[in-house]
Amino acid sequence: MNRPPDTDVTAVHAPDHLALVRQMVQSCIQCGTCTGSCPNAFAMDLTPRQLWRHVLLGRSEAVFHSRTFTLCSACYFCTLRCPRGLHLTEAMHALKQAAARERLKLYRPVTAFFRQFMESVRRHGRVNELEFMTLYFAEMKNPLLPLRYSGLGLRLAAKGKLPLRWPLRRKRPLEALFRKAAELEEGR
Amino acid sequence: MKYHSYPGCSLEGTALEYDRSTRAVLALLGVELAEIEDWTCCGASAAEATSGLMALVLPARNLALAERQAASMDILVPCSACYLNLKNVQEKTRKDPPLTAKINTVLGEEQLHLHGRLRVRHLLDVLATDLGPEAIRPKVVRPLTGLRIAPYYGCQCLRPYAGFDDPELPVSMEPLIRATGAEVFPWKMGGRCCGASHMSTQRAVGLELVAGLLESACGADAVVTVCPMCQMNLEAFQGPAGRLRRHDLHISILYLPQLIGLALGLTEQGVGLTCNLAVSRDWESHARTPVM
Repeated sequence: MNRPPDTDVTAVHAPDHLALVRQMVQSCIQCGTCTGSCPNAFAMDLTPRQLWRHVLLGRSEAVFHSRTFTLCSACYFCTLRCPRGLHLTEAMHALKQAAARERLKLYRPVTAFFRQFMESVRRHGRVNELEFMTLYFAEMKNPLLPLRYSGLGLRLAAKGKLPLRWPLRRKRPLEALFRKAAELEEGR
Repeated sequence: MKYHSYPGCSLEGTALEYDRSTRAVLALLGVELAEIEDWTCCGASAAEATSGLMALVLPARNLALAERQAASMDILVPCSACYLNLKNVQEKTRKDPPLTAKINTVLGEEQLHLHGRLRVRHLLDVLATDLGPEAIRPKVVRPLTGLRIAPYYGCQCLRPYAGFDDPELPVSMEPLIRATGAEVFPWKMGGRCCGASHMSTQRAVGLELVAGLLESACGADAVVTVCPMCQMNLEAFQGPAGRLRRHDLHISILYLPQLIGLALGLTEQGVGLTCNLAVSRDWESHARTPVM
């Protein structure tokens, strides 16, 4: 499959992405309610509060060397509780989108997963787990990776929950929408 | 009572039993469903991680289709991630005409247009608000007396849009569980996060969250869920979670409509119990208990 190579350094495009996120968290008062509410904070290298501080200061190196935003599981506790009413979960999404768009190497295991999910949706309109995982393994090129999923895959197949056929639907039903959205997003 | 239904991709695959039990229970309760024709993926948690616009366009396409098919019914969604994606478009476009116009520019490629006339409702909302325990209780023919059930809501049916329940300490499942004759297992984890896709992308972190939930549920006869992602996380990783905590964390995990369906007299097959990954022998025998 043809795809652009992964990028190592973030410096070129990242400031633009950061500007958008910075607007989203502009009125952050650094109270730390987000950190205290985050179920994944224990595993993060920067706490959510620290991440927002780096965003506000425009430190894109720090932001895009941290795994914090990929550890957001979208539970929306921080958004619910933020005393400034900031859409913090969406700000996390915006950082994930930047990492996916720039194909930053550090985040590839996570972004490849979501990108290939979207590829399957683009091809068939609905996601096909079997195909999407195959695409994901192919992109990751790690022969051991499928083993991590094989146990669950077999259990699901035994229950008849993994259709062992490629989905046959209208050909690329969402192609026009994907194209148009990409055109609008690139033009912004 | 009639609703549009948006099943979502999981209900065609990994959550077959959620689909089957939802349809069966709603039919018994007199609810009619009209599946949105030609529906497509809502974007799950993948669209929002890759494209901000597609994260709105994908769910908007389904809302626009539903509007075109019948403009007056609510849309019933059993999967919490689908529910939030659809609801998010409904909420965002209500207050933002330029955004609506942008979404419609994309939808125009398929001659579709979103007006924003329909309400998006979670299955739990419909069961708890529109139907309620009063609709269930008189139809119970196999009371689940003596069983202790831990209600698990997860995140996305509660937050960020607190539509039908308390987003911090949810309670909407409790009257429904009691209506089946079962007891509510007291715990405080009902609205905590299961880790969502962490189990696929960063397993150690996901496992930690799931182990915490399973540990707190010890002593319950089952946990009931209202989301395919929560269900999968809680049922499929009990072995590794138990090894992590050096403690047996095996417990039955059922979808809420499976629990209600058993009380309403449906069979093991009728609620799809054979498709679950974690169901104890006890539940199999409950399902075979003759109805009253």
